[in-house]
Amino acid sequence: MKRVKRRYVGFAVAVAALLAAFAVPALSVGASQGGTLKMIAWDGYLDAKWVTPFEKQSGCKIQGKVAGSSSEMVSLMRQGGGSQYDMVSASGDASLRLIYGGYVQPVDVSKIPEWKQFHGPFKSPPNNTVDGKHYGVSLQFGPNTLLYRTDKIKNIGNSWSAIYNPKYRGKLTVPDNAIQIADAALYLMKTKPSLGIKDPYELNKSQFDATVSLLKQQKKLVKKYWTGSGDNAQLIKSGDAWLGPTWPLTTGSLLAAKVPVKEFIPKEGATGWLDTWMLSAKSKNTDCAYKWYRYISGPKVQALQGVTWGETPVNSKACPYMNKLSKGSCKIYHAAEPLAYYRSLYFWKTPVPDCGNGKKDCMDFSKWENAWTEIKAS
Amino acid sequence: MAVDASSAGPALRGARRNLSAFFWRRPWLKVTALLGPPLAWLVLIYLAALVALLISGFWTSDFFTGKIVHDWTLENFKQIFSLSDTTYLRIAWTTIWMAAAVTVTDAILAFPIAYYMARIARPRTRALLFVLVLLPLWSSYIVRVYAWRVILQENGILNWALHGVGLPDANLAFTNTSMWIVFSYVWLPFMILPVFAALERIPDNYLEASADLGARGFRTFRSVILPLALPGLVAGSIFTFSLTLGDYLTPVLIGGANAQFIGNVVFNNVGVANNVPFAAAYAVLPVLVIALYLAIARKLGAFEAL
Amino acid sequence: METRRLRIGLVAWTVFIVAFLWVPLLVICTYAFNKSNIQDWPPAGLSTKWFGTAWDNPDVRDAFVLSVKAGVGATAFAVVFGTLLAFGLQRFHFFGRDVISFLFILPIALPGIVTGMALNRFYDVAGVGLSVWTIVIGHATFCMVIVFNNVVARLRRTSPSLIEASQDLGADGWQTFRFVTWPTIATSLVAGGLLAFALSFDEVIVTYFTAGSNNTLPLIIFGYIREGLRLPVVNVIVLAVLLLTVVPVVVSVRLARDTGVLRQR
Repeated sequence: MKRVKRRYVGFAVAVAALLAAFAVPALSVGASQGGTLKMIAWDGYLDAKWVTPFEKQSGCKIQGKVAGSSSEMVSLMRQGGGSQYDMVSASGDASLRLIYGGYVQPVDVSKIPEWKQFHGPFKSPPNNTVDGKHYGVSLQFGPNTLLYRTDKIKNIGNSWSAIYNPKYRGKLTVPDNAIQIADAALYLMKTKPSLGIKDPYELNKSQFDATVSLLKQQKKLVKKYWTGSGDNAQLIKSGDAWLGPTWPLTTGSLLAAKVPVKEFIPKEGATGWLDTWMLSAKSKNTDCAYKWYRYISGPKVQALQGVTWGETPVNSKACPYMNKLSKGSCKIYHAAEPLAYYRSLYFWKTPVPDCGNGKKDCMDFSKWENAWTEIKAS
Repeated sequence: MAVDASSAGPALRGARRNLSAFFWRRPWLKVTALLGPPLAWLVLIYLAALVALLISGFWTSDFFTGKIVHDWTLENFKQIFSLSDTTYLRIAWTTIWMAAAVTVTDAILAFPIAYYMARIARPRTRALLFVLVLLPLWSSYIVRVYAWRVILQENGILNWALHGVGLPDANLAFTNTSMWIVFSYVWLPFMILPVFAALERIPDNYLEASADLGARGFRTFRSVILPLALPGLVAGSIFTFSLTLGDYLTPVLIGGANAQFIGNVVFNNVGVANNVPFAAAYAVLPVLVIALYLAIARKLGAFEAL
Repeated sequence: METRRLRIGLVAWTVFIVAFLWVPLLVICTYAFNKSNIQDWPPAGLSTKWFGTAWDNPDVRDAFVLSVKAGVGATAFAVVFGTLLAFGLQRFHFFGRDVISFLFILPIALPGIVTGMALNRFYDVAGVGLSVWTIVIGHATFCMVIVFNNVVARLRRTSPSLIEASQDLGADGWQTFRFVTWPTIATSLVAGGLLAFALSFDEVIVTYFTAGSNNTLPLIIFGYIREGLRLPVVNVIVLAVLLLTVVPVVVSVRLARDTGVLRQR
């Protein structure tokens, strides 16, 4: 029975080797000091350019998870009873949901001196400050722009009508996010005033139906609904899509890859987002969290993130640093006087039944999510 | 090597004997001891979770916070099975159709190679083929799917090859055709293996007897081989059908605007829209379809062939 | 038995299928050496720089370790429970046997997303935080069937009279197990275990719902593909995984072909 014995030995060795694989990393983990911050972030918000220096100087490690939409961020924060992540870079349409759901804790801004450098409106905006309590620290804001390949489309015009134009059938890519309904509503707000839309996030039934109908028409033109910046970039790079709404991050990465593209804000205006770094209610890593808050709110890092991503910092002192990194960037992103620019954008917020004009018959977000499935399946 | 009866002390040996005799006299106790732990696992963890999930289909979720509201209602089911807005029924139908198409495709693709492996190939070749079929299962599923995206995209290898031969672009990227190709590709080993096992089990003398009785190749195939291979085919189809029915990643990575399948709708409601009750309610549909499929498969003897 | 033409046709088909299965993998492996990070064809140039990048990435290394841990844990549970199940169902005929068989197919037959959601809700309600153990439980639940299949297939091929003979010769339960049963099924257990490990290592959908903020290798890959900015690293990881799994699969196949110590024909 020697064969049996040899097999046992071989088996035992294999098991031992696998257990060693267990043990070695387990032993080495105890060596790191500081905590680990588990963060949910938008694409590109945890770029090594600013994360690596932070990890070095603070001793805190960052473990990031990319989410493609606000809904996904809320969903991730809720996982495991809210215990899975420490921080989240929530946009305006997620932040209030997290606050009212009890998933985030108030932040003591007196511990963050950099906060005092913020432009006024961003210190305590309604999307992250409730009853005087700050449930996070504002981060950056920016628009959803229209992107197109200059070598495939010679004259795109100056209107969002391009993404509803049958001329581009099969060449369009649109974000896979129910909040896109607001973009269509914004377009109708400007082009069909008879509908009476005053706020693209507050739509009563008839306004909502008209918007959904427009999007169902658009669906016929869509090649693919993009799920993240990388997805978007790949589609444009490969030529499968030629145009569509995008984030400035994507445009930047395409230009860096020498793909001939351009982005702009059409005449009807654009939707946008104001992001806040929020701290989970169950997080134990508050030390590292506050270190992160101070770091990411400082003018230098704000400038770096703004220029890298293509968004506007909330820190009023970021301007000179931006110009150092990229000449003229401060002006391009309106970082010195952001207010008029800020007011021109229609920021993401969660649609609720309260229409804000005394009526309560507006469509709530669950209807938006359902309609979005309907649109994609039409 | 003799059975080493003296390796244990007499007391221990005596105790072991008593225990063995005890179990021998009470086979039902042995069965309980054997099946107890796995059953407990399955029932207390898996089935309990499944039942809890399906029950939550009768609840709703608060659209703002995502928390589940424990009010009993048929709202979710009404929306899914609604006849005025057939969105969700259409999505289910598309998915079932795709699953069926993939199953048939895989059955056709798998049979010849399984036959070759089982009945013609030499043992060395058979082992090699076995490894070659099994290995792709080991590489990450999403990378295999992503590889196809890279192949099928506008500037990918397929179009490059077509251009090389003078043909125009295939324009397959992000279409349901590309999804069909990818699904068939990914689940193919799952079909090859059970069919191979079933074909391997056919005794040679069956085929000889069939020839002796005067049946030519095709007749033997139709009347002897195919019926005996059927359990294997059905077993393989359980995988291809149910894996396609519930898949979400392939529609997201490969599918285009038309790729709305049960899998990604359920996922969007659970992972994105925070509407677990709705997702659970919708998940009841594929569960029922698969339960039905399994019942039929069992009748066709597939469980013996798994 | 088969005509020559049929044989040639079958060989050609087999070659085609094998090529069909392998070309996409080879394409991705080639991309692992792509100099640029634009994924078009033909690749702009060849380079091994992405291997270094992948190795230097602590997230990738951690994910690999977690995948191995989860795989080993799941396999351990699957082997134990799957074997118990195989013996319980194969050797005894009793009322409800078919029902139990059917129940155990469910974790594999039902869509992964249903299993994933169900376990996620279960953990939520039970107040269990998501960790490597929740991943292990999720994986073990469907890996059990894999081991079960392998062991049952082996048990079918061995005659129960061997057990009786052993007992006739005076062996007690433990000795029979150690000297007769175990050698017979040992290799099928290992084969089943290796396959279970493979299934666990590669799993994405159920893991997504049971891992929480932890990342296994497939989850990392999925995240990177969505980000679209680290695709060359993904290609490298695939190549590494492929190379690392050739040996266990070959071993598994050889063991499964084996009929154990006691030959039965």
